[in-house]
Amino acid sequence: MFRHFVNGILKENPVLVLAIGLCPTLAVSTSAYNALGMGLAVIFVLTMSNLIVSAARKVIPQNLRIPIFIIIISTFVTITDYVMKAYLPELAKNLGVFVPLIVVNCIILGRAEGFAYKHSVPAALLDGLGSGIGFTLVIFIIGSIREILGAGTWMSIPGGFEGFKVFGEGFLNYPVLFMILPPGGFLVIAFLMALSRKLTGEA
Amino acid sequence: MDLFLLFLAAFLVNNIVLLRFLGLCPFFGVSSKLETAIGMSMAVIFVMTLSSIITWLLYNYILVPLHLVYLRTATFILVIASLVQFTELFLKKSAPALYKALGIFLPLITTNCAILGVAFLNIDYGHSIIQTIVYAIGVALGFMLALVLMAGIRERIEFAPIPKPFRGLPIAFILASLMALAFLGFVGLFGLSL
Repeated sequence: MFRHFVNGILKENPVLVLAIGLCPTLAVSTSAYNALGMGLAVIFVLTMSNLIVSAARKVIPQNLRIPIFIIIISTFVTITDYVMKAYLPELAKNLGVFVPLIVVNCIILGRAEGFAYKHSVPAALLDGLGSGIGFTLVIFIIGSIREILGAGTWMSIPGGFEGFKVFGEGFLNYPVLFMILPPGGFLVIAFLMALSRKLTGEA
Repeated sequence: MDLFLLFLAAFLVNNIVLLRFLGLCPFFGVSSKLETAIGMSMAVIFVMTLSSIITWLLYNYILVPLHLVYLRTATFILVIASLVQFTELFLKKSAPALYKALGIFLPLITTNCAILGVAFLNIDYGHSIIQTIVYAIGVALGFMLALVLMAGIRERIEFAPIPKPFRGLPIAFILASLMALAFLGFVGLFGLSL
């Protein structure tokens, strides 16, 4: 049972190994805090949709399953969207259109179709958590690298904690701005992907 | 002039793939051959324009008057999914040649987040129906530009001596990074910002 959990984090990591869910990974990883917010939102939607799909798998007809999955997923996405707008308005503004777009995140539909529809509730729950954490881990690492190099801070929260100054005060005036601009996102994920291939001995 | 600037912003300055990070899956998935890249772009231009118009009408004339705005996400994704299915059936019957060219790309489009993203952005930006059409066409052509450029470059580096861990996707990401850097050069054109 436990291997369902670990699988999503390492061997079948959605971003680095399967290369799905790329859009949010790159778009909102401009800071560690934004990345973490996105990751938690995906964990919530993924776990809940896996749970419901698995619990209802015996009553969902085979040929209508995809539209039903989409409705289940979009319910949780709407909940996330409205809760975030109400309680974390700054974060909701930073993530923008990518919160409602969780609904087309291939990771979530992929787990519903490929796993939750065929497995028991506890297994689906662990699988959802594992894949969600695997996604969050990668997006958080990318967000951290981009924020540390591109802004000189780590974990700064808009309107709150101003972040750890990793390279000292002086660096804040001359950060590598490139890293928080779009090209930096592509570059960081390229190197992370190559690194993970090297470490897992795949190449 | 405003419409022209809107088009230019969507097409170059805020290029949907390279600077907005929408539609990355098809961008990396079908960009290894020039021919498929063109087919995919055509399908995107067609579906994006149509779906933007329909979702805009639906939002402003049905969801808003009935106070059902919270159903936006669910409605849009279902409308786009059925629109894609409908387009597929329609093309199969009435334009078999076009269907042959676009056929295999149409089902893939449902999960293309650029389509749904543009539908949301039209609402968030408060576009009028004319602006919606211009914006959708601009974005779709921008997608085509990025995809075709990428496919051209990837065909060229196919036989290049790339270090083993970088072969395939990682090198494509590095290419995308360099292209995005080049596209950043358009920022400031006619005073348009990122």
